[in-house]
Amino acid sequence: MKHDFSYFIREGVGNLFSHGFMSFATVGITVACLLIMGTFSLVAYNAEMLLRTLESEYEILAFIDDGNSAAQTQAIGRRIAELPNVKSVEFITRAEAMTAFEDRTLDDYLRANISEDMFRDRYAVFVNDLNLVNRTADQVRAIVGEKNVRVDEDIAGGFILVRNVAGVVSFALIIILLVVSVFIISNTIRLTTFDRRDEIAIMKMVGATNGFIRWPFVYEGFLLGLLSAIFAFALQWLIYASVAKGIDAADTLKFLDVVPFGSIWRPVAAIFGGAGMVIGIGGSLTAIHKFLQV
Amino acid sequence: MIRLNNIVKEYENGTHALRGVTMKIEDGEFVFLVGPSGSGKSTIIKLLTGEIVANSGRIAVNGFNLMNISDRQVPLLRRSIGVIFQDFRLIEKKTVYENLSFAMRAVGASPRLVRGRIPYVLELVGLSDKTQQFPHELSGGEQQRVAIARALVNNPSTIIADEPTGNLDPSRSLEIMRLLGRINELGTTVVVVTHERDLVNRFQKRVISLENGVVTGDGVSYDAK
Ligand SMILES: Nc1ncnc2c1ncn2[C@@H]1O[C@H](COP(=O)(O)OP(=O)(O)OP(=O)(O)O)[C@@H](O)[C@H]1O
Ligand SMILES: [Mg+2]
Repeated sequence: MKHDFSYFIREGVGNLFSHGFMSFATVGITVACLLIMGTFSLVAYNAEMLLRTLESEYEILAFIDDGNSAAQTQAIGRRIAELPNVKSVEFITRAEAMTAFEDRTLDDYLRANISEDMFRDRYAVFVNDLNLVNRTADQVRAIVGEKNVRVDEDIAGGFILVRNVAGVVSFALIIILLVVSVFIISNTIRLTTFDRRDEIAIMKMVGATNGFIRWPFVYEGFLLGLLSAIFAFALQWLIYASVAKGIDAADTLKFLDVVPFGSIWRPVAAIFGGAGMVIGIGGSLTAIHKFLQV
Repeated sequence: MIRLNNIVKEYENGTHALRGVTMKIEDGEFVFLVGPSGSGKSTIIKLLTGEIVANSGRIAVNGFNLMNISDRQVPLLRRSIGVIFQDFRLIEKKTVYENLSFAMRAVGASPRLVRGRIPYVLELVGLSDKTQQFPHELSGGEQQRVAIARALVNNPSTIIADEPTGNLDPSRSLEIMRLLGRINELGTTVVVVTHERDLVNRFQKRVISLENGVVTGDGVSYDAK
């Protein structure tokens, strides 16, 4: 028997409107669940992106004592590059270091009074994982000596915490809220099956297959999930854009680079749509499951 | 064909509804199934439609072995049987026509088949002028004729009616029985459960009597006390 799409979808839409207020309330609650999940995930995502930027800029400076020959200096560089958490090592001559310093410094007196012999050759060491930076710094110290290593200030620590907390919280929330929204949609569809119990009984009596009986409810759940996903996505966009604007405008938050929504809307839409469908279809299948046992 | 062989049915609460029932109904027969209240008539019908399963014995309906029928086959069994109940079981918010088309769409009939079949069946039960009525706008006899039309609409080989006239006055009851007789003449096997003795005796048909879960008679008249 072929799948009678137009029949099932008409029945499914009919179900939606047969108790319009319940459908409306269900969509409302599911939108709220999706928004909470989405917001936490986006915070976690932004924290992650920020951390990656910090990671890519974060450097350990390993100074080379003047007594080393060129060959010795190269050997030191190789040993550092072989350390576990090291992503890359960049050699910076004292001349380059001075130029960079001059570029950064606005103080004319200082600029006029520096000379190349105030600088040393150094390696800039970049790491893979900021979590492990202290251990890596210790390993570099073991190679070039305790006093010859300078580590950036620890602004990363706070972000690692934010990232980790946001990650764990959004994971837990996603699980909890998925279950909650499946339950809510399932409940609404159970109501429809109850409204339609006479029709279901007659369908069984005349020999309708379980699949046939199930489809209208699956479409009802699917539509509830899809509607929720669409509304949630639109609201998420609005909220995200206005928060991003607020952060851009705030002087104290200059260092926060919010990923623009325009560059992530596709995956966000796909995830909202996917979550909506899983919730909707999952809800209807759990609702109808018991009904079809008899 | 319907075949029951030493069928025993005990409900979960311990009631022995059937205590070894054996009967055989050939294709094209018209059979009354009679007996006092609680004798097990409805239990037999529920067994025939696959709604419940017997504890022991053998039972076959229209080529399906009901002692080990699979879940996937049950809908096919039911398509071969049209069932009619005392309380009609029409969908109140659907018109006569919609009640019938609903039953046809439920087994995958195309809209074209539905449009072609329904007028014929309504003509057969004499309701051609009531297609757009709702059940509550019809008399009891008319509602039962809609139920009969619905049982027929998917062209089953067997019609099973459980007290189809239980809610009707005697002249309406006679009409319904005559209609079932006419349907039988068109080639459909008909099994009618009833305990209206006078009605049964107006027809010269096979009568199977049931008492206390066993068959006590199989002849052409109903002489229960
Ligand atoms: N679902 C059930 N659970 C337990 N016992 C049941 C159930 N259905 C029927 N019975 C019992 O089984 C016996 C036979 O019932 P059944 O409904 O088959 O009788 P019947 O001949 O159709 O009676 P009636 O003429 O009153 O409709 C009765 O004793 C009844 O109480
Ligand atoms: Mg009964």
